[in-house]
Amino acid sequence: MGEARDIEDLIDLMARLPGLGPRSARRAVLALLKKRGPLMAPLAQAMAHVALTARDCLTCGNVGTADTCAICANPARDTGEICVVEDVADLWAMERGGAFKGRYHVLGGTLSALDGVSPDDLRIPALVRRAAGAREVILALNATVEGQTTAHYIAEALEGSGVQVTTLAQGVPVGGELDYLDDGTIGAALRARRQF
Amino acid sequence: MDWQDQGIVLSVRPHGENAAILEVFTAEHGRHLGVVRGGISRKMTPFLQPGNDLALSWRARLEDHLGVFVAEPERLRSALMADRLALLGLNTVTGLLRLALAERDPHPDLWWASRALLDQMQGQGWAAAYLGWELGLLAELGFSLDLSCCAVTGTVADLVYVSPKTGRAVSRGAAGEWAERLLPLPLVLRRLASAEALGPVEAIELAQGFAITGHFLEKALGPVLVRRGLPDARAALVGRLCKGV
Repeated sequence: MGEARDIEDLIDLMARLPGLGPRSARRAVLALLKKRGPLMAPLAQAMAHVALTARDCLTCGNVGTADTCAICANPARDTGEICVVEDVADLWAMERGGAFKGRYHVLGGTLSALDGVSPDDLRIPALVRRAAGAREVILALNATVEGQTTAHYIAEALEGSGVQVTTLAQGVPVGGELDYLDDGTIGAALRARRQF
Repeated sequence: MDWQDQGIVLSVRPHGENAAILEVFTAEHGRHLGVVRGGISRKMTPFLQPGNDLALSWRARLEDHLGVFVAEPERLRSALMADRLALLGLNTVTGLLRLALAERDPHPDLWWASRALLDQMQGQGWAAAYLGWELGLLAELGFSLDLSCCAVTGTVADLVYVSPKTGRAVSRGAAGEWAERLLPLPLVLRRLASAEALGPVEAIELAQGFAITGHFLEKALGPVLVRRGLPDARAALVGRLCKGV
């Protein structure tokens, strides 16, 4: 009975993960139980190890296993460009593209009156300090009201610091069809049109 | 129970894995909440942003249930996000509406005024229009300012003060030694209250106007503001509007 309880506890824990409900957590645990040797044991070991070693980078807020993350520790990355993102998931998305060779700054959220998130709850003061040594700060925040409110707040905080503040372009995505785009995106794309 | 209406998005909160709780200010049903299935999906997130107009269909088994919205975009105001001042205006308007309006209490005039103001914010020079909107909000909350004549003498001439207690105009002559305790009444506020043509508006007039509406908003929303105060965005917006004119 106690052994079955352990498995139920595991299912309950798995069901707390994003994208998994009780049923899908049960399926995932069953799949792990069927592959105990090749999958479950190494996964448990890896999770235990990362749980012990994972920490936030003291410079940028990225997640790593040391006080300075791999990106901040990489001397080949341009220290003059700082890309500001909302969350680590956004940093990973930017890194997947491989187009950006500078450094990052993870805010840890966006300003939100609704949720009572103020500038002091985010890593904005740390960004202002870091920006003093940079050429350009790129605001790669979500094109939502909260994301853009945060972007404007940061731009204002950096006014007079001499650093160039830029933001990502908004418009037609690669593979996007105009017919399926909302009016706002089409308007933004039109405003940001360039010589062809 | 079900109805169809138009609404301005005030806020959206994630609910579970895919759904969202949408808060809208509707024309006929006031501030209303409901669940939107798939509300945090890539398809719906772009139009479930504060300030956008939606065509809404609400359905619930009982009237007092939260209910489910089916929402379709009607007019998107994403251009507001590109302009710092307009975004502050949007955050202030949605913040004040969320704070001030009781749930499911219809305010059709305020809905029309809010919609018109948000449209104006996509252009320039809407500071006085925003001040007029705050006057309208106060009227809807039962704190309508009476600036038509002096509360003491009944005269309509030389009205230069407002009583912070009653919200009624006071003439220079009637103010006497109480003048220091009264709020200065700018011409722009009198013109807005009587729907006269505005003409050029000085920054000082706007500042005085916002001081009056701010005072009465705090008074009207007193019980709600005990824990949080007026939205921070309003102070930032007022500061910018008074500087920028």
